[in-house]
Amino acid sequence: MTTRIDTELPADPLLERRQMIQTVAARTLRRRLLGSKIMVAVCGVALLVALAPLLALVIALISKGLHWWSVAFFTKPPSIPTLTNPNDLGGISNAIIGSLVIVGLAALFAIPIGLVAGLFLAESDSRLAGMLRVIAEVMTGMPSILLGLFSFQVLVVGITLGGIKFPKTGISGLAGSFALAILMVPIIMKAAEISLRSVPIRVREAAVALGARQGVVARRVVIPTALPGLVTAVLLAIARAVGETAPILFVIGASAYNRVTFNPRHEMGALPLTIYQFAVNSLAPAQQDEVWGIALFLVVVVLVLNLGSRLVAGFIQRERR
Amino acid sequence: VSDGSYSSPPALSRSDLGVKPKRFASWSDFPYLGTLYGVSGLFAVIIAGFLISVIVTSMPAWRKYGLTIITGKTWDLATDQFGGFPLIFGTLEVTAIALFFAIPIGVGTALAIVHLLPHRIRLFFSSLVELLAAVPSVVYGLWGLLVLAPWFSATVQPWLAHLTGGHFPFQAPAEGVSLLLAGMVLFVMVLPLIVALSRDVIAIVPADQVEGALSLGATKWKVIRKVVLPGARTGIVGAVTLATGRALGETIAVTLVIGNNPLLAKSLFSPAATIASIIANQFDSATAIQLAALYAIAVVLMAITALTNAMGRELVRRSGGRVGTI
Repeated sequence: MTTRIDTELPADPLLERRQMIQTVAARTLRRRLLGSKIMVAVCGVALLVALAPLLALVIALISKGLHWWSVAFFTKPPSIPTLTNPNDLGGISNAIIGSLVIVGLAALFAIPIGLVAGLFLAESDSRLAGMLRVIAEVMTGMPSILLGLFSFQVLVVGITLGGIKFPKTGISGLAGSFALAILMVPIIMKAAEISLRSVPIRVREAAVALGARQGVVARRVVIPTALPGLVTAVLLAIARAVGETAPILFVIGASAYNRVTFNPRHEMGALPLTIYQFAVNSLAPAQQDEVWGIALFLVVVVLVLNLGSRLVAGFIQRERR
Repeated sequence: VSDGSYSSPPALSRSDLGVKPKRFASWSDFPYLGTLYGVSGLFAVIIAGFLISVIVTSMPAWRKYGLTIITGKTWDLATDQFGGFPLIFGTLEVTAIALFFAIPIGVGTALAIVHLLPHRIRLFFSSLVELLAAVPSVVYGLWGLLVLAPWFSATVQPWLAHLTGGHFPFQAPAEGVSLLLAGMVLFVMVLPLIVALSRDVIAIVPADQVEGALSLGATKWKVIRKVVLPGARTGIVGAVTLATGRALGETIAVTLVIGNNPLLAKSLFSPAATIASIIANQFDSATAIQLAALYAIAVVLMAITALTNAMGRELVRRSGGRVGTI
């Protein structure tokens, strides 16, 4: 019915024009929405592409590594596989204890230095603080193998300055701790600075208004308030150090069969180093497969430290309320 | 806001409050300030010692070989020839391959996590990415060597070679361990880093800007292109820089999968070497002048990474971002 009326009416230029505009607008809108959908889909595909290799890694670790875990695996030292007995591999207790001692000592050096230097960065605007911040930034980007070279030169070879021989350690766990400590300090420093700086200025003001000295403000107000962040900083640095291979590669002993020892003056094993050595030159096919068990353990340790840092920080915060 | 403007009140600077140790406020603060300055100074001295000792140890090589350590084309431990050009080039090549894939995929993933995923699973993916960034590099290297390398030589490389008919850049041999594999392993390693860092800066683009653009009729992609990406540009540049630095200096994973052959690669399938990988590979068997040469090439690596780092920070600073958070 309406169509007849339309045809009977004389053409309305304004109406035609409006209809034309509407068609064009609808087409543009469709095109824009389609373009948007395509690009959004591209981002989604990027997400899938990113997850695929990471998922493959996790699957490989668990499927190839988990069946190696046993009491003997964690408690026995490694034994060299022989032709007659190629599957007698022993365990990795030397590497576990070595990692524990080396990283523990490194943390012992790095935590006080890192936290105090972080406090300095957060509390001071002086030129020394600016310089220190630049140093920390440069050092966090420094390839970690260079720290191994440094430790090798200073502690294994030893240095002589102006006729004075500096003490050296030779190839030992201690030399590895030194390299890892230098790796950890800037990480702790920067994370601690961020967390200390986030303490509200009003809290400081209140303490200053009560007549507290700077040291007291820091010790009684700033540090306790920032404590969860500081704990996170330390645990993250430890997690990073546990997994590092390059800094300790040349300085803690080249053999994966180093004996079990708690004495850091001796050559030691370490988890990442054992993985590297078994992967590069395995003595038996079984050994190259055992690496997966060690790798899975290392990953679990690192992830537990990472997750732990969040949980502990959250726990401290909750306790306080 | 009561007066109708959106500007926040001027932030009080720390120096207005007299709570920072610019100078000794009183001698009773000496233990506190003494500790701060003492420990910080100690750390600065150790780092200075680090730089000096690596450079001094490398001096015999610089004296003997001069700039051929950078420009020379042959690196051979057996004949004491130390031309690091193939190593430097290899380092740049591997990094370039990794970033070529990691930048678009990483930023795309970060955008997907922040703007496309439903709120509930966003946190899950975020944590997943952070945990993957923490996986030690030796594990990535192991995976590259034992899982990816066989797959590359059996499937990926023949397919790629077929694509170009065995010509550049995919000439034989298809042995798995290669420049390409090292680049791909490195790509997987730096990806979580780029995702985690760019996700943070994408997430802090103000919501009212995003909503404003949406209310003007912009499509989702237009909002990302015109509002989110420009707003997060600084941080993304910073993330990429940090990833570049990590890739340039990555040692263990690359050493395991690159083949450590210090030649200029003619094909993406050729084994090659990076500075860090050759140090890790040859350090144990090096003596005297060879050791000095390895330290010399390490100094080159140190300079390259420091330069990258400084450049990235300058870029971030120029585009008006804060460097401290990256």
